[in-house]
Amino acid sequence: MKQKETGSMRQNRLIANTIVHTILTIMSIVWLFPVVWIILESFNAKPDSGSSSFFPQHGFSLESYRVLLTDNRQFMFTRWFGNTFLVALGTCLLSTFYVLCVSYTLSRLRFKGRKGLMNVGLILNMFPGFMSMIAVYSILNTVNLVEKLTPLIFVYSAGQALNYHIAKGFFDTIPRAVDEAARIDGATRWQIFTKITIPMSKPILIYTVLTSFMAPWLDFIFAKFMLGTKYEKYTIATGLWTMMQKEYIRTWYGRFTAGAVLVSIPISLLFIFMQKYYVEGMSSGAVKG
Amino acid sequence: MGKKIKNAKFPKINLLKEAWKNGDLFTKLAFFILGIGNIARKQIIKGLIYLAAEVGFIFYMIMFGVTALSRFDDLGDVETGRVLDEARGVYVQTQGENSLKLLLGAIFACIVIAIFVVMWFKSIQSSYNAQKLQEQKKCVNNFRQDLADYFDSKLHFTMLFLPVLSIMIFNILPLIYMILLAFTNCDQNHQPPGHLFDWVGFKNFGQMFNMNGKIGRTFFPVLGWTFIWAIFATFLNYILGMLLAIIINRKGTRLKPMWRTFFVITIAIPQFVSLLLMRHMLDMHGPLNGTLESLGLIHDPLPFWQDKTFARVTVIVINLWIGMPYTMLVTTGILQNIPSDLYEAARVDGAKASTIFWKITLPYMLFVTTPKLITDFVGNINNFNVIFFLTNGAPLTNDYYQAGYTDLLVTWLYSLTVNSFDYNRAAVIGIFVFIISATLSLLTYRNTASYKDEEGFS
Repeated sequence: MKQKETGSMRQNRLIANTIVHTILTIMSIVWLFPVVWIILESFNAKPDSGSSSFFPQHGFSLESYRVLLTDNRQFMFTRWFGNTFLVALGTCLLSTFYVLCVSYTLSRLRFKGRKGLMNVGLILNMFPGFMSMIAVYSILNTVNLVEKLTPLIFVYSAGQALNYHIAKGFFDTIPRAVDEAARIDGATRWQIFTKITIPMSKPILIYTVLTSFMAPWLDFIFAKFMLGTKYEKYTIATGLWTMMQKEYIRTWYGRFTAGAVLVSIPISLLFIFMQKYYVEGMSSGAVKG
Repeated sequence: MGKKIKNAKFPKINLLKEAWKNGDLFTKLAFFILGIGNIARKQIIKGLIYLAAEVGFIFYMIMFGVTALSRFDDLGDVETGRVLDEARGVYVQTQGENSLKLLLGAIFACIVIAIFVVMWFKSIQSSYNAQKLQEQKKCVNNFRQDLADYFDSKLHFTMLFLPVLSIMIFNILPLIYMILLAFTNCDQNHQPPGHLFDWVGFKNFGQMFNMNGKIGRTFFPVLGWTFIWAIFATFLNYILGMLLAIIINRKGTRLKPMWRTFFVITIAIPQFVSLLLMRHMLDMHGPLNGTLESLGLIHDPLPFWQDKTFARVTVIVINLWIGMPYTMLVTTGILQNIPSDLYEAARVDGAKASTIFWKITLPYMLFVTTPKLITDFVGNINNFNVIFFLTNGAPLTNDYYQAGYTDLLVTWLYSLTVNSFDYNRAAVIGIFVFIISATLSLLTYRNTASYKDEEGFS
């Protein structure tokens, strides 16, 4: 009797496993399909935005990449790459500094108005981010800083300074006893921050550096609004978006796919590298609010 | 909240009264000439800094501030126009005033005044303290000691100074500015430079909520769709993403890391790339329609972006492609924390897999992740990327004002700003979105343990 039941259970499990694996395979194909497709298209010898089939008909070549990287007459992809890299580097330095300062202060130091500041931050985060775009534009316009790259760094960093919650959550978990011991030994709060807390916070440091480095690669709205039609100042996202617009898509489609692949590689690698921190941040947000 | 402010405010006024009553000549003088109390007590550098701040403030107010503030109520009255230059007999372009800049100047002046008031208070406090210390024959801090304080007991000030300053310039100032714009007639017919705009009170709000006007008839359907979208996008992603996590993590599934990586790859690709690609793929003459046609499955191309219902369903489905892997990634860890004896007990009782999901897994997950669910919901109300890159609001319609059937409030806000320059209406929508987000977030955030009991962890 017992023997028989295990047998039917095994059979059931076999069926269940087969179904699950089939579902997973189909889903993986659906999910990975666009990824594979864009890679194939970027090697397409004759890319055609009006093509009605998914796969290259005329064989493969590196032509799209070659033209994209060498032809700088209308759209200058290499320059955009450089622009984005510079903005990303600046943003990453400045906003890491901001985020560390804000999160450490709010987490470890106690002072009047602390809760108030946190509430203000919360409220600011609830306005749609780009609502203030026009205003930022007018402000920068009065000091003649539009259509330039440096202001992007300041604006991105100011935005990142409000995203301190994950870093603060991290600092909250460092035992206070560490600080108190150092204070008894006569360390000032600044020394505690630089000599003790920072060296203990490598994971959150990496997380902050990487997220703020990635932001300028992904932002489209603000960069587009600030840079207008000044192509030589574009960042990657604005540039690639422009290539896909109706007036350009016919000629630029192949190069768009090549560019998309080139951008996606570093961004994906960074993301996969920091996946662990990312999940920690998101799920700690889930549990702790 | 109100109580706290009261308690925090009164000591300050009391301190001012006390300083005025007990202060000697220099402390009293410091009410008018900042820093003089400090200079008299040999805190020369500190005193000079206060003095310099006052001089700078007065200089600013005389040169710009007063004029800037006085323009706040009319926002300019000289329009750009052409005037006949009689001597030369030609029309000359006159430089008009720019209401946007006048408004900005006025807000800036207000902020400068606010900062100065704080400094004024601090300087009085500081000279009164110095006086008290001197009377008690204690030594008064010299500049170096003051400076050292900013790296110890006042470290919070030093560390917050730059971030708060830049948030003030790039977040708070622009927000105040936009909120004020909601009360003006700064639309496409009153665009500076060239035209002036003026205060109109709550007219824009009235227009937005008036069902008889075109704007009202756009607002309510767009609002409705925003909610439908947010509900579908949030809950479908949540349930399906969780199911995905469950079937990847179940005992019998092989190659778990491989499946997980497959889905994570799609998150790793920049959204604007994958979304632009999807839009192209589903185009009327795009590869998907082409393939289906050549396979003989359809005769006419499917109107993914052209038909109202088709487009709405398509954006929700594509959002699944984007969102399910996120949910999978986040829920995986939490799922593993569900006590396994719950499952065993259920299995002993002979519960089916579906019963276990609905009666154990889902309730547990809902309990743990409700805050995340609400954040996601707010995030989806504000989900600009998916709609903008996929449809940009299309299919557009003449029934709506500057909007299409898939437009959310935020994408409508964007088109109002960028395409039709109706800044005032965009601002009204922004405020409205804020009210929705704030209500939803405060409801949950205030109830979470981490807000109430922040110190609990350490």
